[in-house]
Amino acid sequence: MEGENTIFLISSFDREQESFKELEYRARTGRFTTVLDALIGLKEHVDPSLSFRYSCRMGICGSCAMVINGKPSLACETNAASAAKDGIISIGPMRAQPLLKGLVTDFDDFFQKHREVFPWIIRNNVREQFDDKKEFHQNEEQRDYFLPFAECIKCGLCIDACPVENTNRFFLGPQALAQAYRYIADSKDQGREKRLDYLDTLNGVWGCEFSGSCSKVCPKSVDPALAIQLLKAEITKYRLTKK
Amino acid sequence: MEVLRYDIVILGSGLAGMRAALQASKASDGKLRIALVSKLHAMRSHSVSAEGGISGVLYPGENNDSIALHAYDTVKGSDYLSDQDAVELLVNHAPSEIRLFDHLGVPWNRDKRGKIILRAFGGMSVPRTAFAADKTGFFMMNALYDTLLSFSNVEIFHEHIVTKLIVHNGKFEGMAAIDMATGETRTFSSNAGIIATGGFGRSYGFTTTSYSSTGDGIALAYAEGISLKDMEFVQFHPTALVPSGILITEAARGEGAYLLNSKGERFMENYAKSKMELAPRDIISRAIMTEIENGRGIKNKEYGDNEFVHLDLRHLGEAKINETLPNIKEISIKMIGVDPSNELLPIRPACHFTMGGINTDINGNVLSSGKKIEGLWAAGECGCVSIHGANRLGSNSLSQCVIWGKMTGNEAARLAMKDKKGNEDKVLEISELEEKRISAILGANGHESPYDLRSELWHTMDNYVGVYRNAKALAHAVKKIAELKKRFAHIGIGDKSAVYNTNLRDALEVWNMLVLSECVAECALNRKESRGAHSRREYQKRNDRAWLKHTIVTLEKGKNRITYKKVKITKWKPEERKY
Repeated sequence: MEGENTIFLISSFDREQESFKELEYRARTGRFTTVLDALIGLKEHVDPSLSFRYSCRMGICGSCAMVINGKPSLACETNAASAAKDGIISIGPMRAQPLLKGLVTDFDDFFQKHREVFPWIIRNNVREQFDDKKEFHQNEEQRDYFLPFAECIKCGLCIDACPVENTNRFFLGPQALAQAYRYIADSKDQGREKRLDYLDTLNGVWGCEFSGSCSKVCPKSVDPALAIQLLKAEITKYRLTKK
Repeated sequence: MEVLRYDIVILGSGLAGMRAALQASKASDGKLRIALVSKLHAMRSHSVSAEGGISGVLYPGENNDSIALHAYDTVKGSDYLSDQDAVELLVNHAPSEIRLFDHLGVPWNRDKRGKIILRAFGGMSVPRTAFAADKTGFFMMNALYDTLLSFSNVEIFHEHIVTKLIVHNGKFEGMAAIDMATGETRTFSSNAGIIATGGFGRSYGFTTTSYSSTGDGIALAYAEGISLKDMEFVQFHPTALVPSGILITEAARGEGAYLLNSKGERFMENYAKSKMELAPRDIISRAIMTEIENGRGIKNKEYGDNEFVHLDLRHLGEAKINETLPNIKEISIKMIGVDPSNELLPIRPACHFTMGGINTDINGNVLSSGKKIEGLWAAGECGCVSIHGANRLGSNSLSQCVIWGKMTGNEAARLAMKDKKGNEDKVLEISELEEKRISAILGANGHESPYDLRSELWHTMDNYVGVYRNAKALAHAVKKIAELKKRFAHIGIGDKSAVYNTNLRDALEVWNMLVLSECVAECALNRKESRGAHSRREYQKRNDRAWLKHTIVTLEKGKNRITYKKVKITKWKPEERKY
């Protein structure tokens, strides 16, 4: 292609061979080209079998998580020109999840862990929850306790960066734990004890070794590492004071 | 091949589909087995991209607002093409839905005392849009998805592409899908189905919508002889970021942002003096295109070939932007390196919403040549109940999604509770044929690339079926799309593997978009007036005498047959639409 200025080195998982293919493609990138734009262009014009997950291209759907130049990143939010080192961008799939094909990983376990922490508003009176006649009271300050943790887009980058998750697949992981805290911190929720009981295990909050890498890669600044430490504090308080 | 039996199968996992799943589950006390089928991971559907908010008169009487005024604004915004009984349903139910989502965990922006804040939106007489910063769709999606996880009777099938609706003798029997993870066919047999696959904004190249917004459910319904309604009405959102087309929410203008031309003038003064930047979207999009056509656009090669105008948020101040518009600030900085608190944003109109869709009755029940298809409903953007008519008002879409999601969920549950017997033989027979058809497409080695067809379609829709339309351009588009459809027969799929074949998926989506785009162009060519988002150069006025009617298009012997249907007018008689 004309004006090709960037080399893409792609480690693509070959399902049939159960191994990686190292692909090398050249593409033209402009000032606003994202890594996702470049991948889509390569799929359209060079290699139709190139496989990656994407949808919104605006950093909100959480589809296009992959490892770019060694860092777990969203392809749609990564500017190609800024990412390129000496005109080269290396790309591979996340490694903390089973591989499906190309750059695509299998999220089944990830979604299952999220589900395990009861990630929904728990009310003692369920009928009241589905009564749409009146609002539950919550002020701005109460909202701000959980809001940063509610920004999770379930992209999987945090678990890919987590050293514990990569060595112990039974660890609940930063995504699920951060979501447990999101609901505990919500003044509308009444499921704190249930969740704390469930998380007070070695593969729950106590599995976290606080390397903090989850928070470093989170594209939405959720800070799962903080959420997990706050959970540890909640559990300690709950065990010591029964409150 | 696997055939699974469910009481209800829901196609699509955006706000409408998931709201339907929640309602059907509640309505049956958790007794019905419900399959929610999504071509994406369910929580990633395009509804997550909705930014500005959801309409609803939460506090009647405040700001002189009333349910009736919301209805009037919606009808006027639709350029009188909405069915007014449906509009009344929308406005009556919207406030309850906002409160329900409050209970499910949506962090609505609130004032110091805890009251939900309402913001101004285009075409709305007073502020009546509830919001969670500028990520309203995302937070509503999260709340719904998370809540659904607590229901053990709802099973979510992520990344399943439905390729065939099984409709036999006017009755819904199920749908056939490809499981992306394995490439195997998985058929869902059921007596009750809800289509909730969203719009087809991606049939345009410059669009705010996700790559996944390809109108699959609408095209599948059309293939079964189900009619589509008002397909010529495509909404162009005035403020899409250049060059990507990413949405900059109307809430930016709701919070006070200005539109400026190359001379730095607030040009909306010349087009909608009373509402200025808060006129409805069709009017602002035309204003921007007129400014550009008259030499008052901004050119900058680095931002591509298309000219743009500016959106100015600088005077709002950083604190207000951080509190109410953090997402568009983040997007602008990450995508083009521009901080809207101190620089101008380059924007131009982009395809944003498709008002047309599957022809349904007021309950969302799907109609074929005026007759109901038993057991099949459509909810959300894919369905055309006729709330938005010729032009949707911003923030009415989220209300529509959840209200018709709820209604169709209720209806489907009612049917599924009493009718349990399926037509297993027919389902199996049709699934086997479908499996063969898909494997033939997968095996195709023709010379046409689906991506070439797609980019030619994008070019055609952007340039010939845009904000302003004329007979010559539309006729060209009709001809061109017919040619692309013919060339699709010679398609080649380069990726032959079964697992996660996005090459095959893309080809199927291209076909769906070709089918729907052809309807858009033909219906647009037929409608010889200007109304709402459909603006014809040769017929610049609305013509109620000849054209106060819905377009209905039906596939008959391979041809799109166009007929018309009366608009339901209850309280609001058509009058001149001025802002």
